[in-house]
Amino acid sequence: MLIKKTQSIRENEVTSQEDYLRRRDFLKSSAIAGSMAAVGLPLLSSCMAEQEATAESSPSPVSPLSNVIPAPPQYSIAKSKITPEWEATHYNNFYELGTSKEDPARNAHFLKTKPWSVAIEGEVEKPGQVPLETLLRPHPLEERIYRLRCVEAWSMVIPWIGIPLGQVLKQFNPTSKARYVAFETLYDPKQLPGQKTRALSWPYREGLRIDEAMNPLTLLAVGMYGNTLPGQNGAPIRLVVPWKYGFKSIKSIVKIRLQEDQPMTSWNDENSREYGFYANVNPEVSHPRWSQARERRIGDWTKRPTLPFNGYADEVAGLYAGMDLRRSF
Amino acid sequence: MPRAKTGQMITVLVAMIPLLGLVLGLLTGRLGAEPVEAITHETGEWALRLLILTLLITPLRQFFGWNALAPYRRTLGLLCFFYAALHFATFLTFDLSWRIDDLLTEIRERPYITVGFFSFMILCALAITSTRGWIKRLGRSWLRLHRLVYLALVLAVVHFLWLVKVDRLEPLVYAAIASALLAWRLPLLFGRRPLTYATLRRPGEKAQKSA
Ligand code: HEM
Repeated sequence: MLIKKTQSIRENEVTSQEDYLRRRDFLKSSAIAGSMAAVGLPLLSSCMAEQEATAESSPSPVSPLSNVIPAPPQYSIAKSKITPEWEATHYNNFYELGTSKEDPARNAHFLKTKPWSVAIEGEVEKPGQVPLETLLRPHPLEERIYRLRCVEAWSMVIPWIGIPLGQVLKQFNPTSKARYVAFETLYDPKQLPGQKTRALSWPYREGLRIDEAMNPLTLLAVGMYGNTLPGQNGAPIRLVVPWKYGFKSIKSIVKIRLQEDQPMTSWNDENSREYGFYANVNPEVSHPRWSQARERRIGDWTKRPTLPFNGYADEVAGLYAGMDLRRSF
Repeated sequence: MPRAKTGQMITVLVAMIPLLGLVLGLLTGRLGAEPVEAITHETGEWALRLLILTLLITPLRQFFGWNALAPYRRTLGLLCFFYAALHFATFLTFDLSWRIDDLLTEIRERPYITVGFFSFMILCALAITSTRGWIKRLGRSWLRLHRLVYLALVLAVVHFLWLVKVDRLEPLVYAAIASALLAWRLPLLFGRRPLTYATLRRPGEKAQKSA
């Protein structure tokens, strides 16, 4: 099968993706799949029964985005490496829509994203409750093909569509006291039923230092794979910080607050020994549960080495000059 | 005896169904975006379930007097070992690409791997010494060695509890079942005879008569 040694992030992805796509086609057209279901064999394994339901569940209502400009090459990796859309939209961590990887796609229909507005608060000269369309209007949408590295040691490559966060923040004139940016996800247990359980303390919160927020890599994404974001991926607007573990990239944002103090962040609050505020991808600092030295790119069988700052060291390592990244993990 | 043999064969065949499900799922892409995770979870859960079934045999024999179940304890125990071995092999192959130094690091640094590994080591020892030859050779110490199965169960449940990030319901259900199985053995520790269906029924009959 696909058991190969991989040396660098640039090799080996093309074939694995093609195999993967072919496999899906096979599944769709295959009578074997149907007869298997008829025999009822997959039902014997609860896990697979769930997969089945996911595959058949209605797709989230996404619509194509137009006038998207391709990213400058330094902000994108080759198209051939993109993770198939089905995996990127059916293997998600979004506890507000359920704690298993398949739950979010299944429960995404609860989330209503129109109308949507974002509160911009705190150390800005022009605070306000801004409708999503108004927030986006002044800026061209860009496509960025980024690596996504989850703290659980798996990764994907995703073509996001969005606007650099810095451009959006500047529009509201941050004051000199704005040293951090705090983000909040929608809190509404009707739309995000996972919030009925106390998996984490809701609403989900994240934060960045202002220089991290202003870095041109940091994206406010509103789409992926050419379409608006599906619910399970954080519709209608989410953060994408590609050099940090995925949990920093907060989904379904309703509040952006600029402030002087370092904000509280959800996973750090849940377990500060395991999840730091910075959460920069770092193969040398292992998590108590997962070695971070390697990762499995979704679609591969074996793991590949993880790169410092998820491969974005040239762009962002300077932000942390002089910091002890073992302590500030 | 031949009846038990047939029963054991059927048990083995039935226990292969989850494995068959995994193989078919793999061939048709039904294991989802992360097949390795699906395989790790399925094999781990079946190892634990089979371990629990193994330890259920003796209470059932004692309580209901179903001594015909006796031969199945070994069958189920070996099937548990089979799934645990698949589970470990999946981890070693796909997560570690057989890098033994990484395995040692994982065992040393990650508590849930440490306990899982010790549980597996116990299961290995019990599987190896499950043959008639070893039972003879070890004599009385065989029994003492095979009491380690309870430790293997506790370690496996702790393994599950520690690897879960937030949603502890499922491992807690297993923990409750494991506790019940261990509690059943408590009277033996104090030299009492275990509860049986017969002793339970006697007062019940009296009550019926007086009514
Ligand atoms: C050789 C030592 C072992 C290793 C290296 C190991 C490794 C693992 C790994 C990596 C996971 C997945 C963790 C995750 O998803 O984050 C896991 C899950 C699990 N393992 Fe093990 N394991 C071992 C032994 C065992 C044994 C002996 C049992 C049971 C008898 C067991 C039962 C389980 C269960 C029940 C799960 C959870 C499955 C689920 O989430 O549905 N493991 N193990």
